[in-house]
Amino acid sequence: MKSAPSFPLLPAEKLSYKPGSTLTTCPYCGVGCGVRATLHSDGQVDIAGDESHASNYGRLCVKGSALGETVDLDGRLLYPKMRVEADATQPLQRVSWDAALDQVAHGFRSIIEQHGPDSVALYVSGQLLTEDYYIANKLMKGYIGSANIDTNSRLCMSSAVAGHKRAFGADLVPVCYEDLELADLVVLVGSNTAWCHPILFQRIARIKETRPQMKLVVIDPRRTATCELADLHLPLKAGSDVWLFNGLLSFLARNNAIDNNFVDTSTNGMAAALDVAESGCVDHGAVAKACKLDPHDLLTFYEWFAAHERTVTAFSQGVNQSSSGTDKVNSIINCHLLTGRIGRPGMGPFSITGQPNAMGGREVGGLANMLAAHMELENPQHRQTVQDFWQAPRMAERPGLKAVDLFHAIESGRVKAVWIIATNPVVSLPDADQVQRALAKCELVVVSDIIEKTDTNAFAHVLLPALSWGEKDGTVTSSERRISRQRAFLPTPGEARADWQILCQVAQRMGFKGFDFAAVHQVFDEHARLSAYRNGDAFGQRRTFNLSGLSGLDQKQFDAMAPVQWPLTTLASGDKRGTPRLFADRRFAHPDGKARFIATVPRGPQYATDSDYPLSLNTGRVRDQWHTMTRTGKSPKLADHVPESFVDMHPQDALLHGVREGMLARISSRWGEMVARVQHSGGIARDSIFVPIHWNGQSASDARVGALVNPAVDPVSGEPEFKHTPVRVEEFRVAWYGFVLSRSRPMLDDVTHWTRIQGRRFNRYELAGRSPISEHSTWAAALLGVDTADADWLEYQDVSAGIYRAVHVVDDRIDACVFLSPRPDLPSRAWLASLFGKEKLDDADRIGLLLGQPIEKGVDTGPTVCSCFGIGRNTICDAVRKQGLTNVAQVTACLKAGGNCGSCVPEIKKLLSEILVEEGA
Amino acid sequence: MTAGAPSIANKPVLAVIGNGMAGMRTVEELLKLAPDLYDITVFGAEPHGNYNRILLSPLLAGDKSIDDIMLNTPEWYKQNGITLHAGDPVTGIDRQRRIVRSRAGVALRYDRLLLATGSKPFILPVPGHQLPGVIAFRDIQDVETMLNAARNHRHAVVIGGGLLGLEAANGLLRQGMDVTVVHVMDSLMERQLDKPAALLLKTALEQKGLRFLLNAQTAEIVGEQQVTAVRFKDGSDIPADLVVMTAGVRPNIELAQQAGLHCERAIVVDDTLQTYDPRIYAVGECVQHRLATFGLVAPIWEQARVCGAHLAGAGHRRYVQQATATKLKVTGVDLYSAGDFIGSEGSEDLVLRDPRRGIYKRLVIKGPHIVGAVLYGDVKDGPWYFELIQQRIDISGLRSQLLFGQALCAQAA
Repeated sequence: MKSAPSFPLLPAEKLSYKPGSTLTTCPYCGVGCGVRATLHSDGQVDIAGDESHASNYGRLCVKGSALGETVDLDGRLLYPKMRVEADATQPLQRVSWDAALDQVAHGFRSIIEQHGPDSVALYVSGQLLTEDYYIANKLMKGYIGSANIDTNSRLCMSSAVAGHKRAFGADLVPVCYEDLELADLVVLVGSNTAWCHPILFQRIARIKETRPQMKLVVIDPRRTATCELADLHLPLKAGSDVWLFNGLLSFLARNNAIDNNFVDTSTNGMAAALDVAESGCVDHGAVAKACKLDPHDLLTFYEWFAAHERTVTAFSQGVNQSSSGTDKVNSIINCHLLTGRIGRPGMGPFSITGQPNAMGGREVGGLANMLAAHMELENPQHRQTVQDFWQAPRMAERPGLKAVDLFHAIESGRVKAVWIIATNPVVSLPDADQVQRALAKCELVVVSDIIEKTDTNAFAHVLLPALSWGEKDGTVTSSERRISRQRAFLPTPGEARADWQILCQVAQRMGFKGFDFAAVHQVFDEHARLSAYRNGDAFGQRRTFNLSGLSGLDQKQFDAMAPVQWPLTTLASGDKRGTPRLFADRRFAHPDGKARFIATVPRGPQYATDSDYPLSLNTGRVRDQWHTMTRTGKSPKLADHVPESFVDMHPQDALLHGVREGMLARISSRWGEMVARVQHSGGIARDSIFVPIHWNGQSASDARVGALVNPAVDPVSGEPEFKHTPVRVEEFRVAWYGFVLSRSRPMLDDVTHWTRIQGRRFNRYELAGRSPISEHSTWAAALLGVDTADADWLEYQDVSAGIYRAVHVVDDRIDACVFLSPRPDLPSRAWLASLFGKEKLDDADRIGLLLGQPIEKGVDTGPTVCSCFGIGRNTICDAVRKQGLTNVAQVTACLKAGGNCGSCVPEIKKLLSEILVEEGA
Repeated sequence: MTAGAPSIANKPVLAVIGNGMAGMRTVEELLKLAPDLYDITVFGAEPHGNYNRILLSPLLAGDKSIDDIMLNTPEWYKQNGITLHAGDPVTGIDRQRRIVRSRAGVALRYDRLLLATGSKPFILPVPGHQLPGVIAFRDIQDVETMLNAARNHRHAVVIGGGLLGLEAANGLLRQGMDVTVVHVMDSLMERQLDKPAALLLKTALEQKGLRFLLNAQTAEIVGEQQVTAVRFKDGSDIPADLVVMTAGVRPNIELAQQAGLHCERAIVVDDTLQTYDPRIYAVGECVQHRLATFGLVAPIWEQARVCGAHLAGAGHRRYVQQATATKLKVTGVDLYSAGDFIGSEGSEDLVLRDPRRGIYKRLVIKGPHIVGAVLYGDVKDGPWYFELIQQRIDISGLRSQLLFGQALCAQAA
């Protein structure tokens, strides 16, 4: 290889911003909310909900509202980088795009030549836009000739996909959001909707207010924030969903809730499914036992389900992320088929997706076992259709490796080159240490990302800078099949390029034709045309996914494209109309046009708990973070709600395993281990624990829960069992706890455990250390890089109690502080944090510095509950007590809290009821 | 007046040797309880009435006048029927005959005798220590000498960097002299301050214009007719027109020793302030109680209270030593120390430092109690800590907030 060309030092990013408002789509969960982004000439971005968007009608959750805080260029990957020397210890060096693209194309080509197409792979993401996804899939399945392209969507909704395909014949979501509002019974299964899909939850909550008779049932092992609104919460044993829904199927059958007409004319397989269901559940008592539920509550649910025609059963990761995930999905769908509750307003099974474009990825066939445009890889007719359309030289003929298997194949050397795009598998995959081992051994690791330093990028040989949200252009599809535009409103930073563009350029350098797109709308057009290609009874393949109504759009039309639900019909007037709900005609996508019952034999999680690993680990999201925090971690507003990773467990389990709330615990499984702070939310049952998925090697020293998660997958969908891993919890003994707030980054070499939290104008670190500190003053000065000789350096020390505090003030501004204690009983960070916004400390502030709180009481607002308005728990509790507030509306009227996105309303409710109990006592 | 002249009412006679703060406070305490019990006669070496010796420093600094510091006026003695022999020191005590004799020839037969002879400044016995211009800082006379020197001379050397020395140095500085404080230890006020506080103090006083020589051993006071310099053991010297010795005090016990009273470092008294002679009591800086001697005012007030009660015949009180507190009276320097601020086996420290604002606070904790405090720069909570020390309040619940002051702890409570 030639030596790397030299580049001028990175120029200060001088971007010119074109002020104005742009309608786009939120890049977080699958709800797909419309966003109005207003760019100012200084680069500041104001974010508001798009009133015209049918997903959210102007509302945004706290994550969406904080998007403006995440568009800065801090930590961005702006130039291609490459490992120029073979020495893996050397940092990657900046190279030209030509050099980087050549390297990728050449590397892939030579490995394919030597070892065949299946020796390379793409691992992509539900955060890609449909156009990016389309090109990646086309390159892999039509040109390289392998189906080794899988996606992080494998980790979140592939069980739903598989369930849909088994039941309906294609991956079709029958319902729309409006059905949640039209339903008389909404059942949320394995979904903390209040935190993970807040806007949908708000829509349910508002309807429930106007129609209190509407019932909400939450089925979740944890008592989550979602339960605050529920009429009934069924805290079922983790993984027992199939027992519960088989029981329901059998109950419905025995209680004359069968829609015989529908079952007879539109379905197959009921008898077999019922047989299996009835064999397992003699009565609801037996089911209650299997699911560890109160039989009375279970019966109530069954009766409500039987009684309400308009029932939506919405499910999410609690159902999907299981070694029996696909069966869980089908056991739910079975109940809707039996009662004929599908294809009509206010009813149906509803998979709520977790990623902004999981659905788009499914549409282009971005999973290893799909083809494109909802066609089947293993269907020769479909293969031919796609090959003809693409004029593809080399079609993949069998399914490729699914995510977990893919990384095993990399470790075993069967796959020698991988290109990871817009995802962070070292954090997000199960058995994540295995992913590290695999990438460390892999001959060629290419990563396209927007952030330079991630746990995955550490293994890259080539880093390609991609455009981020706000810079890139294309489409995404929401959970209700609504295609919306993501539009660029920010200038391109550095040399970043769109993912579809990078993929095309590599494809071209590999010598492939069919990748000469000049603009993104051309990619979309090809995708739309493929969906319509040979689609219809005339061709013997009637595919529901059909975007013919959107084909042929020019740049201008594409830019003006309004959100629309596929499939589209073209009216006589020439207008295009979307389709809110499918199967109104009772026609399904199986060749016989009928839906299928699937006999689901219940089975427990693959790995059972035992005496070595007696607890069941459940993983999931927290309200204000998203995935591996590369974006949300930048927002101070979002950092406050849950600042660091935690292990939520039952107090009795904590006692049993020798850990205490607020202290650190080591959690280990057969696959790996991590450290997190013990918490008792009160919402978790005995013998189980919950750990959030977000924290990783960049945000904390040892909080990557993926390392623990077992690699068991669902046999049909290949989706990993994130919701159940046998683990044990033990004390993580440290000599001291502490925190740092600093305008710069401290030296963490001596610190055993740390978590970094983004603050407004400061970095916050939660710390803990194993080796005792002898000279606190010297230690603290070294940690913060302060020469104390003539610094404005304040100290407080309770020597024998091991308490030490120091504050560094520069020009009357707080610059850094460190607080240490042998116990985690440190003062609140809220007030100290607020001082970083002050240009000059006044005398009163200064007196409180070492106390960590203002000398006058009442100023400390406590941990943030309402992120939108920055309202703390203390403020809310004070107002409730002093003004005798009794409901959320009063709290909102008084403090604004809860009045914007509403994500915190469940927490405010909880505070209200706690105070009510306390006052009643 | 003749010995043993019977009083009209045949009241028992109380003779008081020492017209200082300890003696007169004891008399006041006595009068409160038994105004008519004794026929009281007071002998004082100084030609003044009773004044507040603590206020000599402000007097020197020019913050107060002599009138300001007087405690008991001649009228007060008259009103209370007390005979005062000012400027007439007692020269002998005849315990067999129960007679005290003064230099002026007064001989008084007593029924009770109160010794309040105080202490004498310790003058370093170096060559030249008797030269004119070498003085102590003990009485109004010394202050007048210093004020005179300040009017006519430039260089002052204060030997002794304790509380008194620093106050003298500050006063002389205020009077316009060029002042060097010579201290044999490596930090100032080592009996009241720990080293960090002493360092802050030194810096603050240097900024006011004082100079310090620490670890300095005085070898000789140089001069012919009048002091001209101070020379040190290392051979160096500094010019001096005035040398103030503030290197400590010695209990004034000559009279007691001559009278054959049991003395060790000072006149030994029991918990009722009684000496080994049951007719004789002693209070103040001249006494030794349970191995301790005294220099600060607070314990002496307490001694006066106990002793007064016993003299009054209401003798149920016991003197119990308590922690003491000190405040440095130097304008612009806030310093407070109390109790056992050095600490001992098993004691624990709470420390707060804010050098930029000139604040240093340290509390010494033993078990659930505060036993000592050093405050520098912000002393407003000093009296509160002192109260917590004296009353042995359990502070375990307040510990984490203690150093941040009374106001905060009151909120927290």
